Amino acid sequence: MMNGADIMVKCLQAEGVKHIFGYPGVAIAPFYDKVYESDIEAVLVRTEQSAAHAASGYTRGYNTELPGVCAVTSGPGATNLITGIATAYADSIPLICITGQVNSELLGSDVFQEADITGACESFVKYSYLVRSVEDIPRIFKEAFHVAITGRKGPVLIDVPIDIQQASVKSFKYPETVEMRTYKPTVKGNGAQLKKVIKELEKAKRPIICAGGGVLLSKGKYELLSFAEKNNIPVVTTMMGISVVPTDHPLCFGMVGNNGKVYANKAMNEADLIMMVGARVADRAISQPDLITRNKVMVHIDVDPAEIGKNAGPTIPLVGDVRHIFDELLTYDFESDYSAWIKELNDNKVALARKRNPNPEFVDPAGFISMLSHKMAKDAIYIADVGQNQIWSCDNVCIREGKFMTTGGMGTMGYSIPAAIGAKCRRPERQVVAVCGDGAFQMSMCELATARQHNIPIKVVVLTNGFLGMVREYQHFNYNDRYSVVRLDGNPDLEKLASAYDIPFVRVRNDAEASDAIDEFLREDSSYIMEAVIDPMDIVR
Amino acid sequence: MKTVQNYNEVDMKRKVFQILVENTSGVLSRISGLFSRRGYSIESITCGDTADKAVSRVTIVASGDDEILDQIEKQLAKLVDVVDIRELKPDESVYRELALIKVKAETSERVGLITLANTFRANVIDVSNHGVIVEITGNSGKINAFIDLISGYEILEIARTGIAGLRRGTDGVVSPKIR
Repeated sequence: MMNGADIMVKCLQAEGVKHIFGYPGVAIAPFYDKVYESDIEAVLVRTEQSAAHAASGYTRGYNTELPGVCAVTSGPGATNLITGIATAYADSIPLICITGQVNSELLGSDVFQEADITGACESFVKYSYLVRSVEDIPRIFKEAFHVAITGRKGPVLIDVPIDIQQASVKSFKYPETVEMRTYKPTVKGNGAQLKKVIKELEKAKRPIICAGGGVLLSKGKYELLSFAEKNNIPVVTTMMGISVVPTDHPLCFGMVGNNGKVYANKAMNEADLIMMVGARVADRAISQPDLITRNKVMVHIDVDPAEIGKNAGPTIPLVGDVRHIFDELLTYDFESDYSAWIKELNDNKVALARKRNPNPEFVDPAGFISMLSHKMAKDAIYIADVGQNQIWSCDNVCIREGKFMTTGGMGTMGYSIPAAIGAKCRRPERQVVAVCGDGAFQMSMCELATARQHNIPIKVVVLTNGFLGMVREYQHFNYNDRYSVVRLDGNPDLEKLASAYDIPFVRVRNDAEASDAIDEFLREDSSYIMEAVIDPMDIVR
Repeated sequence: MKTVQNYNEVDMKRKVFQILVENTSGVLSRISGLFSRRGYSIESITCGDTADKAVSRVTIVASGDDEILDQIEKQLAKLVDVVDIRELKPDESVYRELALIKVKAETSERVGLITLANTFRANVIDVSNHGVIVEITGNSGKINAFIDLISGYEILEIARTGIAGLRRGTDGVVSPKIR
């Protein structure tokens, strides 16, 4: 005789799930009891928020077709997961989030560890289910995986009361197809609109592609790059779009936005045609949306029709999957010569390069990140946390065939270490490096135990400045250097901490020490912590 | 991005949306949550069964400028539970709203009130010692006009349903299954 928990595990197996990230508790205990006897490896994180981040890293580590799965208990387990879910939602990362729930009959009576998690997560999930009957489990799981990875991707929550997990079922049959009359995302681009895009490109003198995270989510980076190369069109990216084109590619002109490259923003302003692809024209990327539509043609390609026209009204809206659309666009041949424009962009790239005056007493984070990423394997996965480290990473990282991950929409500190654990689980053959500041590190340092317990070797770089640097910088510019509640005076000694976890450690105090330390840090595929001591007063701008 | 706080009052418009939704638990909170968290304003919302038990028809009257109304339609369409959404344009649709109005009216005042009600084809559906309940059906304008008209009486309570509507003709029907 099977029970609901058996069925849940079988559904996950039918979807090809090999790992789940989670934290058990009474309300999810029937499920974990069945995981125990399955071939699924359950990774025990040290706090639930990390379960969602790890699942996010897992999803992004490969091709986003198989969403990462996290499973936690009811009440505080579920509410702790929320920040991770919201983080994934803001960046359209597909996840399956399973929460245990109290007995169905007790729902709504405020019993021990009851939380209305479907209600609480309403605005952070693509969809959610509260399972009411054990018979519904196969359909719900099938739908949940489908909804998570199609259209505009995102997290889906399945809340399963404990009595449903325990209820007996006679047989199990996983549905082969999804039948949802309500949910049919557009995949193919409209042919007439595609032709219009080509017509406008023929007329354009200064076109530019602005690639966002949606390109990676649709697995369309090769198609986009082929199109850019075929027609010699320059590319800039949003923060989530870093790694769509290799950062050292001759057509790549950096990240746009208020923390981006000056020459990338200038390119956007001076273009006569912008192809906004898989990007939502969010405030940090495009601070004045009316500027990018004034006196220019804007083509907006996105799988989510609601994003088109939300922040800027495009000339040509094109709804559909980025990969399909660029596959189609590649079939058109047209005459174009943008070489003068590209020369201008290259001149700007030299003239407007950011000039820094690093303090020689410390490690220069910009140079350090550049050196680190150049020394990393070509296909390595680089995960930036949030804060100054993130901006220095975006500004200086070199990504060739590898991946770049960060939390762009939500800016959740503590993302990098659990995401690295998830990514490494998914891609054991790849080098995975998390880069964080000493603030974010302390939000997730408990996960070093997770990496150790499950033998998941991750490389962690901590840029130490003894401050919440990004906030300190903000207070420097906006509050007259009144550094309110940003000192991290209680920092632990990272060397001792690393040794407590039995993880090798190296500290870099200045640029001269960096090269050898990085070589040592990357040499073997084992966990390693590298601390780079940077100038507490350094700023990213 | 425009929010309700910063749009120009002059550009304000109303639209009536007819939405067919799967009857899942929480579908109404998903819809109303969308309005509240994105700061859209909702004038009325009604919900009822259709011939298909799995589907409900929700009629929403929303207001905003063109951009906001466009976003409201797109964001509603994006909800996984939404089968179909379309605007019920005034010249292509019929709208009806029902109101129950409790009026304080002593015996001597009732005849006048009933005469007014009759001109509006409103019905008196309950009479008590000191008052009556009038039922009136029509478009919102007609109901407002009636309420204005009887403002000389003391209105004790009003219950309005919000509008329900359908497109004229037969091409507004989404699927033969859902009526």
